[in-house]
Amino acid sequence: MTRIYLDHNATTPPSPAIIEGMTATLYDVCGNPSSIHHFGQRAKAALDDARQAVAELIGAEPTEIIFVSGGTESDNLAIRGVADTVEATGRKGHLVASSIEHEAVLGTLRQLVRRGWQTTLLPVGESGIVEPDALAAAITEDTALVSVMHANNEIGTIQQVAALAAVAHERGVLFHTDAVQSTGKIPVDVGALGVDLLSLSAHKFYGPKGAGVLWARRGVRLAPQFTGGRHERGRRTGTENVSGIVGLGLAAAEARIKLSTEAERLSALRDRLEQGILAAVPGVAVNGRRDARVPNTTNISFDRIEAESLLIALDLEGIAVSTGSACSSGTLEPSHVLRAMGLPAHRTQNSIRFSLGAVNTEAEIDRVIAVLPALVEKLRSLTRAPVRA
Amino acid sequence: MRVVAAMSGGVDSSVAAALLAADGHDVVGLSMQLYDQRTEAGRTCCTLDDLHDARRVARTLGIPHYVLNLEQRFRETVIDDFVGEYAAGRTPLPCVHCNSDLKFSTLLDRAEGLGATTVATGHYARVNRGDDGRWRLRRSADPDKDQTYFLFTLTQAQLARARFPVGGLTKPEVRRHAETLDLGVASKPDSQEICFVPDGDYAAFVERHAARTARVGEVVDERGRRLGGHNGVHRFTVGQRKGLGVQASVPLYVLDIDAAAARVTVGPRERLERPSLTASGINWISGTPPDGWLPVAARIRHRHRPAPARVRALDDCRAEVVFDNPQRAITPGQAVVFYDGDVVLGGGWIE
Repeated sequence: MTRIYLDHNATTPPSPAIIEGMTATLYDVCGNPSSIHHFGQRAKAALDDARQAVAELIGAEPTEIIFVSGGTESDNLAIRGVADTVEATGRKGHLVASSIEHEAVLGTLRQLVRRGWQTTLLPVGESGIVEPDALAAAITEDTALVSVMHANNEIGTIQQVAALAAVAHERGVLFHTDAVQSTGKIPVDVGALGVDLLSLSAHKFYGPKGAGVLWARRGVRLAPQFTGGRHERGRRTGTENVSGIVGLGLAAAEARIKLSTEAERLSALRDRLEQGILAAVPGVAVNGRRDARVPNTTNISFDRIEAESLLIALDLEGIAVSTGSACSSGTLEPSHVLRAMGLPAHRTQNSIRFSLGAVNTEAEIDRVIAVLPALVEKLRSLTRAPVRA
Repeated sequence: MRVVAAMSGGVDSSVAAALLAADGHDVVGLSMQLYDQRTEAGRTCCTLDDLHDARRVARTLGIPHYVLNLEQRFRETVIDDFVGEYAAGRTPLPCVHCNSDLKFSTLLDRAEGLGATTVATGHYARVNRGDDGRWRLRRSADPDKDQTYFLFTLTQAQLARARFPVGGLTKPEVRRHAETLDLGVASKPDSQEICFVPDGDYAAFVERHAARTARVGEVVDERGRRLGGHNGVHRFTVGQRKGLGVQASVPLYVLDIDAAAARVTVGPRERLERPSLTASGINWISGTPPDGWLPVAARIRHRHRPAPARVRALDDCRAEVVFDNPQRAITPGQAVVFYDGDVVLGGGWIE
């Protein structure tokens, strides 16, 4: 069966050049970057190249790049790292985040609440956008950090990060953004965004799984979360994942070159898919504001459908999509993102996320549009009433 | 032809799926996530392991496999009833509801949505079509493992779309199949009686889930004399001997539970015998109730050897059953299932 992959927000397939670069690293760069000898120096040089490439992608200084295992660790280090520096002074503080953050952020906040922290989750309207006024109203004297994602993983909406960061800074509050879903899809420039901390993950833009970055602006104090040696300037200990980081660097370099043309191509494909579905399937609605989205994502609710069933039906046809975020799939709860947007209950359980990427073609999109109506029709034709004796 | 195999990760449903795949069917494996493992199964954590096993078996067979989240439906159709029945002084039979309201209802609907005409399970039971065109439910080839007692609510429409691939085999044969096919589940222990109470402590489960806290009450003898106290009728089942908390010269058994009065009546063993019962929610598998008294073999619990009896249909889907010889511990909330030889005629809930 030829399969069509439309789940790039879950993860992306590494490009051949990246796989080759990583393979070569595994063969040739066998040293420990902390070692003083030649082998160590070669490994250290490989990290330096990657650090440079990531810094160039996001407009940062190489020394501000902290290599971590991925987006989840990066979010944890940003939030816990800041919170711990506050706690070191004997206080507990207040944290603000949007209500549509990734679970890596929301779960970390819940954990800190158990430690005595206060948190405020900012509302989003049906647009899925956080308003700067809402943030201004939420900040208190005790607020230590604001965390608002750059682009949402489920619906793709882009937040007004620069405006939000300005609000936080006016009140002397640090600002973190989870840019896991925007990096490689739209320009991500730490200067233009005006943030203090930024998280990204290699496997969301054609790099390998297991490598990511927390960017921390010079001067931001951050308590390390693991104890050990003094890797990454003492902020993240542990022998570096050298081949993974090399892959991350290569992906960053590729993204920088391809970003604008690929964004244009993907947004045309995405619009083709969206228009095609809206035209071919009755009773569907696009979730979230459509004019401020990453180019590859559309999230669509199908009336009188269980998303779980449609996902499986599509997969049996060779079409891979997701319901909400991959992390919450398997435990199919209503999407917390769509719920926060105020959508009615049924629309939080009948939405499918299509996220496109480098491998997708027009022919693939057309096949999806051709296959989908009959599957939806079939699922809708079923009686939902339980057969009872 | 596409068939959905309900895969629990156990040996029976794994072999059922394997047999269908070997027959050349387009098999789609579905596992049901029925309750939150984090809270319920903290002690044994069996379910996540079972899902892991189901996934591995599906991979070995080369069939697609998905996990459906049916937690809400399971809570509404099985757990709420289980808790409510115990609180009402009856002894529930959750597997029946799971079969009729989940596996052969929700799962069947989901299967149809995926283009599958039938759902196969690992039940030890047989289904075939009689000369009159009606579907018949029959006991399995392995009399020790027969599970028809838990399937009596199935209707003609449900049986038409049900498949029991291991129903013609014995358990040892099923295990041998699993071994031959290298499914990795051949020696898994048989599942416990009630999957969502892995520690077997039903009373504690009911207490965690009941809307109201249990009422304390009295344990009395047949003349109403108080013999002791108790902490809730959900801790008792008719025929129970242990845990009564009363002293007596002869062994005492629970004879009756009056939930409204929070009263548990106990007495000697011989007083457990009853000559007849009435049942509600009767399902006649043929779709037609019998005229007048019908001689049957009636089973009053899973591990009961069906006893000769006569049954007649009453109004409102009820029935009256008169046994040739009185039966011990006829327990409200359990099922009575009627057999003619190895054919299941129907059944209902003991009142």
